[in-house]
Order: sequence, then C-alpha cells, then structure tokens
Amino acid sequence: MTMGRDIESLGATPGGMPALDDTGPVWVERTDAHPAVRQPVIDVTDVWKTYRTGTLEVDALRGVTFTIDAGEYVAVMGPSGSGKSTLMHILGCLDIPTSGGFHLAGDDVSWMTEEELAHVRNKRIGFVFQQFNLLASLTAWRNVELPLLYAGVERAERKQRAMAALERVGLSDRVDHRPGELSGGQQQRVAVARALVTDPDLILADEPTGNLDSVSARDVMGLLDELHRSGRTIVLITHDADVAQAAGRVMRILDGQITTAVTSSVGRP
Amino acid sequence: MNLLETFRTGMDAVLSHRLRSGLTVLGIMIGISAVILTVGLGEGAQQQVGSEISALGSNLLTVTPGSTTSSSGVRGGFGTASTLTTGDAIALDSKVVAPDIRAVAPATSTTASLVAGTTNWTTSVVGSDPSWLTVRGRTMTEGRFIVSHDLATRAEVVVLGATTAQELFSFRDPVGQIVNIAGQPMSVIGVLNTVGSSSSSSTVANPDDQAVVPLTTASALLTGGSSRNSVSQILIQATSSATLSAAYQETDAELLSLHGITTTTGADFTITSEQQVLSTATSVDKTLTVLLGGVAGISLLVGGIGVMNIMLVSVTERIREIGLRKALGATPRVIRRQFLVEASVLGTVGGVLGALLGVIGAEVLPHLISDPITVSPVAAVGAIAVAILIGIVFGVYPASRAAKLPPIDALRSE
Repeated sequence: MTMGRDIESLGATPGGMPALDDTGPVWVERTDAHPAVRQPVIDVTDVWKTYRTGTLEVDALRGVTFTIDAGEYVAVMGPSGSGKSTLMHILGCLDIPTSGGFHLAGDDVSWMTEEELAHVRNKRIGFVFQQFNLLASLTAWRNVELPLLYAGVERAERKQRAMAALERVGLSDRVDHRPGELSGGQQQRVAVARALVTDPDLILADEPTGNLDSVSARDVMGLLDELHRSGRTIVLITHDADVAQAAGRVMRILDGQITTAVTSSVGRP
Repeated sequence: MNLLETFRTGMDAVLSHRLRSGLTVLGIMIGISAVILTVGLGEGAQQQVGSEISALGSNLLTVTPGSTTSSSGVRGGFGTASTLTTGDAIALDSKVVAPDIRAVAPATSTTASLVAGTTNWTTSVVGSDPSWLTVRGRTMTEGRFIVSHDLATRAEVVVLGATTAQELFSFRDPVGQIVNIAGQPMSVIGVLNTVGSSSSSSTVANPDDQAVVPLTTASALLTGGSSRNSVSQILIQATSSATLSAAYQETDAELLSLHGITTTTGADFTITSEQQVLSTATSVDKTLTVLLGGVAGISLLVGGIGVMNIMLVSVTERIREIGLRKALGATPRVIRRQFLVEASVLGTVGGVLGALLGVIGAEVLPHLISDPITVSPVAAVGAIAVAILIGIVFGVYPASRAAKLPPIDALRSE
C-alpha cells in the first residue's frame, strides 16, 4: 500500500490502541499485516547484553523483560549509561542480545544473521536519529526513498511513495532541497518521512529532539503524536522527562534494568 | 537491489563528491599516461635503432684492416700499408672457398668536396664495385649503378645518394651533369634510392648522403697511397641471416690463410657483423626501456598510493553514511558493491583519460624532443587494467572493512 492513499478508519483497533476520544476518530492508514494474530510488536524476555573490553565485562542490560503492543507509544527513559542506548540498538535490530529472547512482530530476531537483520531493519523498523543522519549529497526525496531502494522497490513507485511520505510530514514544497538547505526541524521531518516510507511495524526514535530548538522540538513531537494517533507503534528513547510525557507509557531504565513502567491514562499530552 | 540501481547509487556518490573524485581520477591519469609515454619512448628508440641498422644492409659482415687486442689497442698489421686488398675480396668471392657468401664488395672511403657549378658539398666518397649495390641492399631511383666496364676503364663516373643529389642540384636532374670531386670532373650516372633518413641522434652516418665511384677510379684519382690494391673495408653479404656466422668463419679462415697468419690472435683484420651492432644497440635500448618502465612503474605506484589515501579518507569520512545505509536495510554485500562500482568507475575513467593523455602526448612530444614515441597497445591496455585494479584493490578493501562494521559503531562515529 502507499502512503498517499486516503487513510481508512478501523473500528476495532489492535491491542493497545487508544480508545476514541474527543480528538475525533482514530485514523489508521494501514491495513495490518497480521490482522488475525493479536501479538505484541515487541516481546523481550530476560534479555542480557554484555560488553567485553579486554578482561573487563560490563553488563549493559541485566535481564530485561517487557512487551509493547501494536499502536502503543512508549518512552524509554534513563540517564546516560543506564543501558537505554543498548536497549534501543537491540530493539532496532542493530545489535543482538547476549542472551534472552527478542521477538519483533512475531519473528525471533535474537539469532538472525547480519543479512537477515538488515532485511528486518529495512521492512519492519523506521529509525529517527538525534543527528537526523540524512545524506548531504541527496535531495530530500532521494533520502526518503533510500529504504525502498534497499527493499528493491521500482523507481517510479519509490518516487511516488517518497513524495507521499514527505507530504505526510508537511514538506511537499521541499522535496528537491538538500539537507543543507533545510532547517533542523525540517531535516528531522525528512528523517521521519524516511522512517514512515516503508510502512514499518515500529518507529524507533532516539532522542529525536536532542539537536533541535524548542519550537522545532515541539513540532517534531507533534508529528510523532499525530503518527501515534494514526495507529503507529512508536518507541521513543530519551533522557528528558518532558519529552517522555508525550508517550502513553514511560519505562524507566537504570543500571540495565527496568525500574518502573508507568502507564499514563492515555498517550496524550 | 539490482545491478542498475547499485550502479546508479555508485555513480551518485562519484558525482556528488566531485573534488575527491576529480583528484582520484587525476592521480590515476598521471600514472597511466606516464607509463604509456615512458614505455613508448623506450620502444621508439629501439625501433629507430633497428631500422637504422637494417638500412645499412642485411646479413652484412664488414672486414676492416687492423685488429684490436685486449691490451695494446689497435694492431696495425704489416707496417702502415692497409692489409686488405682487392685480392682478398676476389678470393672471398668464390663459391668453393666460401659457399655461404653471396656477394663481396671491396670499398675505399674518403671524405671529399663535391662541386657542381657554384654549389659545394662535402660528403663521404666510397670507391667500390658493382656488388656494393646488392651488399648494401640499395636500389636506384634513376640512372644506373657502376658496372664492371667502369672499373676496367677507370671511368670518371659517380653515383650520388639522394640527399647529396638534392644538395648539389636541388630540383634539376643530376644524371648527365658534371661534378668535380677533389678537382676531378666526373659525370653523374645515377641516383640512389633513399633508405629513409636517420635522425640526428643516430650514430651511423646518413646513408642517403654519399657518393659512390668505381673502386679503380677512387684509388687512382682520390685516395692514392702506396698500394693501389689496398681497400679500407670489404663488405660481405651472407646468403641469409642464418648463415651469417658460417660466412663469418669462412671469411676468417680464408683471410688468415691468405695473409699467412697461423693464430687468430695475430689477425691483421677485424670482422664485425651488423647483427652484433644491432644486438648491442637493441640491448642498450632494452635496458633503457626497462629503466623507463621502472620509472613509470614507480609513478604508477605513487599514483596508486595516492588513490589509496583518497579512498581510505573517503571510506573513513563515510563510515556514518555506511552505518546509516546499513540501518536502513543495506546488506554488507550491497555496501561492498556500491564501493566496487565507485572504485571501478574512478579507475576506469582515470585509466581511459590517462591512456588518451598518453596517446596525445605521444603525438605531440616527439615534435618537442625529436625522439620518436611508439605507443604500445599492450602497454596502453595493461595500464588501463592496472588502473581499474588500483581502484578495486585500494577502494574496495577499506570499503569491505567498513561494510563489516556493526551499524551502531558506524552510526556513532562522529
């Protein structure tokens, strides 16, 4: 399906979807890839991650267990060195756990090869990074089409979907600009469009506002919120309590362990 | 991701880093054109010497009076008189004595001033007999060469080389004209065909600038001396290049017995073969080619190290890009292919441009340095192949290392 298509309403929302509220109907733009199986997007069971530097062993994660359901908006909070970056890398399939199980949308990814992980990242995960990580030599839409390129999508369809994703984040008039010609907020919007374009199961945002001024930060947070309302599963990694407020659930991580899992009433600022 | 998309991605990267790509291409270009030019210079010199020596006459042995010894330099033979005579030449010109000799031409040589009207030209005057023409491998453009009758009658006739005729008579027909040689009027009976001039760098006298008179006329009127029978050299043509060494043995044995000499060390003559000169000259030029090739190889190596440097910097500064591409779903294989395309494109463009520069240089440079440059297709194709190889080896190796980096490390790098 393409991003440009009119969104359709889902009366019965997948588990964890916020109930209809006074903001209007919940618009979901995706037909679920696994409509029959009501399974969590993320299922982490007793995950350990040990880094070894010389003879020194550091346990970055020490038995982490949690699940995140489809449509949830979860913030992972913790100070530097708490293990939240390690957790993000494992959730993003950029790294594999030392022990423990990790299922992403039903697939066990804890023993996948690098090649298989690359395909999982490509198909199931959309990344938003603190440093935007756009390629300076490519225009906005060429940056957005990159994941589709690696997915083997045809050129014409790539362009169409990239344009639709950029329209979704409100940058239709900037598609041919290079990152250097865009403001920080606009660059992060391009990055969000790139995360959306493959229609992933999970959007993983790592300190998405860390490099932005407060106006742009609010702008990007608003965009994430909007995506959440349209049914996206979002995991937000941050050290900033104000930013974490936006999420429906806040998981605090300290010394490699989840300390509290606070669920706010509704994932609404 | 199919090959076309991989190629496009690689080309995008090449084109979006114009300065870096340009420098890489320039480095390869200079190395490749240096290889083509230096190898071409060596081969050109080799061909030039080869053609000059073959112009002297094929399968040729030259007997000169006197001999060189290891200790005392030139041995004079019997007193001051030349030890080679026309008798020696007649004896060698026998199918019984020397079956491997086709023709023998005794010759004297002197330098004289030729005067035609008001024009004066100094050149070498050769006295010889009719076989000179075949032994030297020459032909006539007009008129006739010396015949036996001219020798018998000591006819005052002369055959001119093409250059000599041009200098004396410019565009007039020289045949039938009178030339004064050392004060003796002689009528021009023919002009030798040109053998293709040798350049100023040649060690051999220009074969197109000489005059040939009958041997008897030369010894009577020009060279004089105590013995009218003595000659300054005997030119011998073997039946083929394969029989050259047999002809050498026969000449050596016959002359030793004619001169009553029993030991080869006591010989009062020296036999040189043009092939000796040719092989010596060729080996000198081969040394030159190897030397120049070495210089070119070093410049290619330096160019290659430059390319490696640029490629390594390029990969290092693009670790983030590689990490991002991997995070977005590029497999290590796709990353490696992208860099393979980039490196091959740079190597190919640099190699082709370098070959083009080399060919243009080979056309232009000879006009400036008066040395011929022969572009060898093998060297050109080999150089391009080396350029592509340089691109691949120095470009893809660091790229494949980067492709193996875990994406998080690559993304973290600042």
